[in-house]
Amino acid sequence: MEFKPNIVGFACHWCTYAGADLAGSLRLKYPPSIKLIRVPCSGRIEPEYIIQALANGADGVLVGGCHFGDCHYKDGNYKTARRMKQVEEMIKELGVEPGRFRWEWISGSEGQKFAEVVTEFTETLKELGPNPLKGGN
Amino acid sequence: MADKLKFAFLLAGGCAGCEMSLVDISEKLVDALEHLEVVFWAPTVADVKYKDLEAMPDKSIDLAFVDGMIRNSENEHMVKVLRDKAKILVAFGACATLGSIAGMANMHTKEELFKQAYQDTFSTDNPDGVYPTPEYLLDGKYDLTIPEFLPEVKVIDEVVPVEYYVGGCPPHPDFVAAAVEAVIAGNLPPASGKAVCDVCERNPRNQGTDRFLVEEVYRTSEKAPEDGVCLLQQGIICFGPFTQGDCGCSCPKVGIPCRGCGGPIPGVKDYGARAMSAIGSILGSEEAVEQLMQKYPVLAKFYYRYSLPSSLIERKKRAIKKG
Ligand code: SF4
Ligand code: SF4
Ligand code: SF4
Ligand code: FES
Repeated sequence: MEFKPNIVGFACHWCTYAGADLAGSLRLKYPPSIKLIRVPCSGRIEPEYIIQALANGADGVLVGGCHFGDCHYKDGNYKTARRMKQVEEMIKELGVEPGRFRWEWISGSEGQKFAEVVTEFTETLKELGPNPLKGGN
Repeated sequence: MADKLKFAFLLAGGCAGCEMSLVDISEKLVDALEHLEVVFWAPTVADVKYKDLEAMPDKSIDLAFVDGMIRNSENEHMVKVLRDKAKILVAFGACATLGSIAGMANMHTKEELFKQAYQDTFSTDNPDGVYPTPEYLLDGKYDLTIPEFLPEVKVIDEVVPVEYYVGGCPPHPDFVAAAVEAVIAGNLPPASGKAVCDVCERNPRNQGTDRFLVEEVYRTSEKAPEDGVCLLQQGIICFGPFTQGDCGCSCPKVGIPCRGCGGPIPGVKDYGARAMSAIGSILGSEEAVEQLMQKYPVLAKFYYRYSLPSSLIERKKRAIKKG
């Protein structure tokens, strides 16, 4: 059977979640691999959530927020950047393949970008195969 | 007065510093011994053997402490035996609860570790490259065995259930004394939940000022800390905000940043991830983050200094291997 990656997505309410909504209303095609969790701002996404998702066997984790200058709370996404840069590095050190984590700025008008990112990410994960941390719970 | 509480202390894969901390409560320990009967304290203090513990009836010990992590087959076996014999088991100190410093070994292979320990260290002279092996035949007739070095460091609660956790490398004697008194009085307290920052005199909040973002990161060797000012605010990365403060803020008090030996405050699932989150929010720019990553080139060893084996990813890796 073909491997269908399971992506946990954390999306800020004001931009990336709105972008996902737009992708839906525009009927853009993208794989049904992502489960989106809406958060008020990407600055609210704790590295702990990402690590927990990966440890629980998510094949990939996507973090989405507003572009710089657009964050509804002014600087939430700057904080996101300062954390995610480090998350990227640390999960690699812990032995998680770097391709399993991705963070992107996607605005409310970028439905197209949302669909593209999810499609591309799903392809990468298909190549990587299932998360070795899956199961064993 | 009721019968004395039967008490045991086992050193697993630790350095015995935790036991020193219990001894350091000095007169209070003498007082406590009126209420405690030490039935087992090995391999460090009492003249008892492992087989004596093995011979005790199950659940015959009221309270047992274990310090140190699971590093070899002997540690694993003895912790299981102790669990059977004890009604209450306390994981005592950073090694037992989180894996501590030696837990960073999980980022290296056994070959790397042995080479470092038995070959490359300054004080080692090993021209024949002799490494420990679990079995060795001496003079062709003596069959010698030593415990087997396990592939990874494990924490105590991965091997057996644990009732209480005490953080610290080692736990501060004042806190140990309070815990021992609470045990004797029969009311073990819930975790205090106070972070190192809460009890730190340098805390801007305790001084009525606000925190600001940090633009420059310094290692401890690069800057003499200013008195009375929060270390983190001076760019000396301190783990006080998310570390349990039962030590009474021992390190920042003397100008050394907290590195997290007290373990996480309640509610934290993954110490390193939480540490990264908090430090990431106090750094003022991506440049500051880059500086930090340059100065601490292995982030996992920085943020999980005392807790790597207890991290969610590490635990999961081992759970899967075990199947
Ligand atoms: S926690 Fe620290 S003091 Fe205690 S045994 Fe481990 S290394 Fe030694
Ligand atoms: S960060 Fe460190 S120095 Fe600053 S208040 Fe907290 S414990 Fe004290
Ligand atoms: S300040 Fe931090 S590192 Fe120092 S003893 Fe306390 S908990 Fe441990
Ligand atoms: S509201 Fe979108 S990143 Fe802050």
